Amino acid sequence: MKLVLDHITKVFPNRNKKGGPDKVAVDDFTLEVPDGTLVALLGPSGCGKSTTLNMISGLLEPTSGRVFFGDDDVTNLPPELRGVGLVFQNYALYPHLNVLQNITFPLENLRGERKMTKEAMRETAYEVAKLVQIETYMERKPAQLSGGQQQRVAIARALVKRPRVLLLDEPLSNLDARLRLQTREEIRRIQRETKITTLFVTHDQDEAMSISDLIVVMEEGAVRQVGKPQEVYDDPNCLFVAKFLGTPQINLFRGSVRSGRLFLGDAAVLDAPGVKDGPVTVGVRPEGFYVEEDGALECALSRVEVMGRDTSVLATHPACDNVGNLIRSIVPAEYKPDAARETVRFNLKPRKVTLFDPETGERIVF
Amino acid sequence: MEKRNGKAWLYLLPALLFLGVFMVYPLVDVFVYSFEEGFNFASQTFSGVGLYNYSYVLRDPYFLAAVRNTFLLVIITVPLSTGIALLISLGLNSIQKLRDLFQTVFFLPYVTNTLAVGLVFMILFKKTAYSDGLVNVLLKAFGLTAVDFIDGPYWAKMFVLCFYTVWIVLPFKILILTSALASVKQDYYNAAKVDGTPRLRVFTKITLPMISPMLFYLIITGFIGAFKAYQDAVALFGVNLNAAGMNTIVGYVYDMLYGNSGGYPSFASAAAILLFAIVLTITVINLLVSKKHVHYD
Repeated sequence: MKLVLDHITKVFPNRNKKGGPDKVAVDDFTLEVPDGTLVALLGPSGCGKSTTLNMISGLLEPTSGRVFFGDDDVTNLPPELRGVGLVFQNYALYPHLNVLQNITFPLENLRGERKMTKEAMRETAYEVAKLVQIETYMERKPAQLSGGQQQRVAIARALVKRPRVLLLDEPLSNLDARLRLQTREEIRRIQRETKITTLFVTHDQDEAMSISDLIVVMEEGAVRQVGKPQEVYDDPNCLFVAKFLGTPQINLFRGSVRSGRLFLGDAAVLDAPGVKDGPVTVGVRPEGFYVEEDGALECALSRVEVMGRDTSVLATHPACDNVGNLIRSIVPAEYKPDAARETVRFNLKPRKVTLFDPETGERIVF
Repeated sequence: MEKRNGKAWLYLLPALLFLGVFMVYPLVDVFVYSFEEGFNFASQTFSGVGLYNYSYVLRDPYFLAAVRNTFLLVIITVPLSTGIALLISLGLNSIQKLRDLFQTVFFLPYVTNTLAVGLVFMILFKKTAYSDGLVNVLLKAFGLTAVDFIDGPYWAKMFVLCFYTVWIVLPFKILILTSALASVKQDYYNAAKVDGTPRLRVFTKITLPMISPMLFYLIITGFIGAFKAYQDAVALFGVNLNAAGMNTIVGYVYDMLYGNSGGYPSFASAAAILLFAIVLTITVINLLVSKKHVHYD
């Protein structure tokens, strides 16, 4: 089932008696989610991700714009008629019901033709439970389950009615780091097996990058960029996206372009043909540096960090815009620094360097 | 470890001392009195030990009337007041406008003196030679005959007593239930909404279980409170409750101790112990029933 959001906007009226501007939570959001894909809505807290999700589920009504499931306009349909499954951030499992009762809860609401017998409900519940691998815990209460297991139950409950669209609100934020890795693979597997169009909200880029087919980067209620994770990472269309994606963060420099050459401070680091002269914001991914004896960018060496498989060289450069002018670069593990050295020289990989307009933050392609 | 235990007991000592002197000792004493026959308060003497006090009390028509009144009061007012409080709380919880105002209005009776409320009830319900009282005026307007609710037939007096009791206990229950309802997370309702759960089912399957601990607390304390009713009856019918036929068990205990028929601490003690037994039994039953229906997370 294809999911289309057509120019949806959500404005929350200001409730403060003293008045003030209304809050535009989602601003002219347009997105087409292809059938059977897993899409992440990614953005910092308060950027309107959950509001968007709630408008898809029908819990909130958009101020303007339309929502389509396939060819059906569901904008004015209440949640129960849309065919959505929703997994809440805190799972919202009914604490007084056991796992089986939680999973069958949505089925018991079915009326008319779709009404099911007790036996059929049980069977369906077990089917879904097997899919999420929770079938051995059917008699337990949610409080007797771990966070990851509760998450599975919540997913099972959302899937049991065979929704057309599955929505997950911050599905991993309540789990510890190890479980988070495991559970995100689980979500991917379940989505692959069911082929249900799935949208999930997260503020964690690792989560979004690792399992989704598409990511949608949001800022202040607006879509900044939509694309495959790696494409968005390699090819951000604005400074916000470049800064938001990637750990360690992208390194930023105050640079300038003079007659087709990119300068960081006085160092001409790259050719930038076709870019008009003037100041630019330069983003360099940590893996975009390589150490060379005659590198163009001379920096003061701070220290070298070896963490697991990564060797990071930390150095400072006056043109760098990071905190403390500190550049973080990840270099091949073969690099063995000379402890006595005070400087390090880098060259830059052109594909890992992006330029932005210092005023608007827009991407300058070169 | 030993030493720390000793310290703990030391800290507990003041509380234990006061509880012991003013709670445990009187309890034991009452229990002892209830078996001492013909106890004289002035001379602190008694004629014998046995079950005579109990057999007297259990055969005393005033006591039996008090038991009947008390049970009626409990059976009628506890479910009624809890139910009404739940309805009002649900209403309060679902409105946005004027919610604070209504919450205050519903809470006002709680801070009002019960005797003052009793006086108002008397004015509303009493029928005298000079006036019929507001309620009777209304009854007449609907073509019914006037009844003296304060000094008239038994059912009318019982009605007023129950009405009054419900009125008095409502505010506290509403307070507790509105906060219990407000503490149920919105996510549960959203989840139910996405699943298309009918409203009644949301109430019975989600709201009720979620607030069941509070509801249970109110029912238990409601039972205990109603069994101990006395003040309410006095507020409406005056101190001579036996004459009005509206005595309660606690009222009977008072009367035996101090009232016109007074000076029988042994009978009073026996009646008090009987009341204790009744309340204990009902509370245990409540606890057993609640095990199945109350959900603590």
